[in-house]
Amino acid sequence: MKNRREFLKNAATGALLLGSQGRFGLASVLGQHSKTDPSRLVVAGDPALHAKDGRPDEQRVLDLLDRAMTAYTGRDNAVEAWKRIIPRDKVIGLKVNTVGLKPIATHLVLVLAIAERLQQAGVRAGNILVWERTAEELEAGGFTINTNPAHIRCYGSDVSGFEDQVETWGVAKVQLSKILTRECALVLNLPVLKDHADAGVTFAMKNMYGVIKMVDLKSLHTNICNPGIADVNCIPAIREKVRLTIGDAISALYDGGPLFHPEHMWHPNALMVGADRVALDQAAWNMIERKRAEVGLPTLEAKGRAPRYIATAADARHQLGCNDLQRCGLVEA
Amino acid sequence: MNYSRRWMLAAVAIAIVALAAGSGCKKSKVNPFPASGAVAGWEKTGDTRVFAAKDLWQYIDGDAEQYISAGVISTSTSDYKYQGQLEAVVDVHTMGSPDGARKILETGTSDAKAVSLGDAGVAYEQSVIFRKGPYLVRIVAYESTPGTPQALMALAHGVEAKL
Repeated sequence: MKNRREFLKNAATGALLLGSQGRFGLASVLGQHSKTDPSRLVVAGDPALHAKDGRPDEQRVLDLLDRAMTAYTGRDNAVEAWKRIIPRDKVIGLKVNTVGLKPIATHLVLVLAIAERLQQAGVRAGNILVWERTAEELEAGGFTINTNPAHIRCYGSDVSGFEDQVETWGVAKVQLSKILTRECALVLNLPVLKDHADAGVTFAMKNMYGVIKMVDLKSLHTNICNPGIADVNCIPAIREKVRLTIGDAISALYDGGPLFHPEHMWHPNALMVGADRVALDQAAWNMIERKRAEVGLPTLEAKGRAPRYIATAADARHQLGCNDLQRCGLVEA
Repeated sequence: MNYSRRWMLAAVAIAIVALAAGSGCKKSKVNPFPASGAVAGWEKTGDTRVFAAKDLWQYIDGDAEQYISAGVISTSTSDYKYQGQLEAVVDVHTMGSPDGARKILETGTSDAKAVSLGDAGVAYEQSVIFRKGPYLVRIVAYESTPGTPQALMALAHGVEAKL
């Protein structure tokens, strides 16, 4: 990328080209490239990540990403690390989270850093697709819409539409975004660490509510989204295509989420990388509880919104991952 | 006698309904968003968007439920910018009654500073929340600068004056 600061700004509105890759054609590619412990979870931090102007420093974010990815893959070189886990000739989706206003959306600077490394690893710019539920949400998060396949693309499921077919798993009855089903061969999940009024915690698994249209909104939100969130993540396309999470814990909310409440924001200055979405969410919950204790707030359990969907996701029926961080390969980088 | 009393009661009831309807109509015509320049330094940078209660999740997904349970009727929102740099958003929630606005304001604001705005208000470093009648107003700045609190208060007073 010649200028990653500008890459989304030079957007041109063009026809949306929907690909027709096989649904899970990537599985074999991932199988060849990924030899990482499936529960390995890397938490990389940089206390000096924010510059004097209060914004994350571009170079330090790139360095932090490199440190996280090399630690995750066990490679010395960041570009080699990316080559190990992504296919070069397929569309890679970057599922951001922009619910709650720009200051608490997936940081654009992080998305730019990932896009830069993907291209250096051989992914064509037009094969990188930054997406969220709607264009409006993306713009509110500071992203610029671009459907021109000559550049990195950025648009919402409101542009691509949703499959007519209703997918069912447990209480989940949903229609999947065509960005997930038809465009992307692999999705990198880029959630933001936040307290959540309905779910307790929103991070890796909750971000998948942004790839679906809910046929029954209520069933996915009752009982603190349990088992709704776990069930949604068991839908095959979500389970199989969303293979890696790079969690944005640069800024986070310990209360009042998911909307931006500046009075409840703090800066963990961290990235959390892993393929195990359950381990990631468990670690996210722990971080939020630690912060709540630090500022004297009651636990989420005491507030009646402990995120029990995490344990549900780890149970024998769902088997989405490991919620026992003692057993996960937790690495601090 | 009984008939005339019934007619009188009916007339009073009709008058109350008419007044209520008139008041409701007036409410829907309120434009609480100061135009660019109406408050020194503040520019209205976006169109006003309005969400009915049933669609509120589209705007504040994950937080809509508390407003719905407090009786929100609609939410209007607009973006602002102060001196071309500081971005902020103004949300005006029209509740069914002042009690609904009070309920939201009293949630999670124990560590805030009380400010003189509307019927009651609080301020943080980057946000101001106040209620006036059935309206609950929340103004949030995207960044914290030395001038943020003062600028937010000026904008809040501008909104309050239009309610």
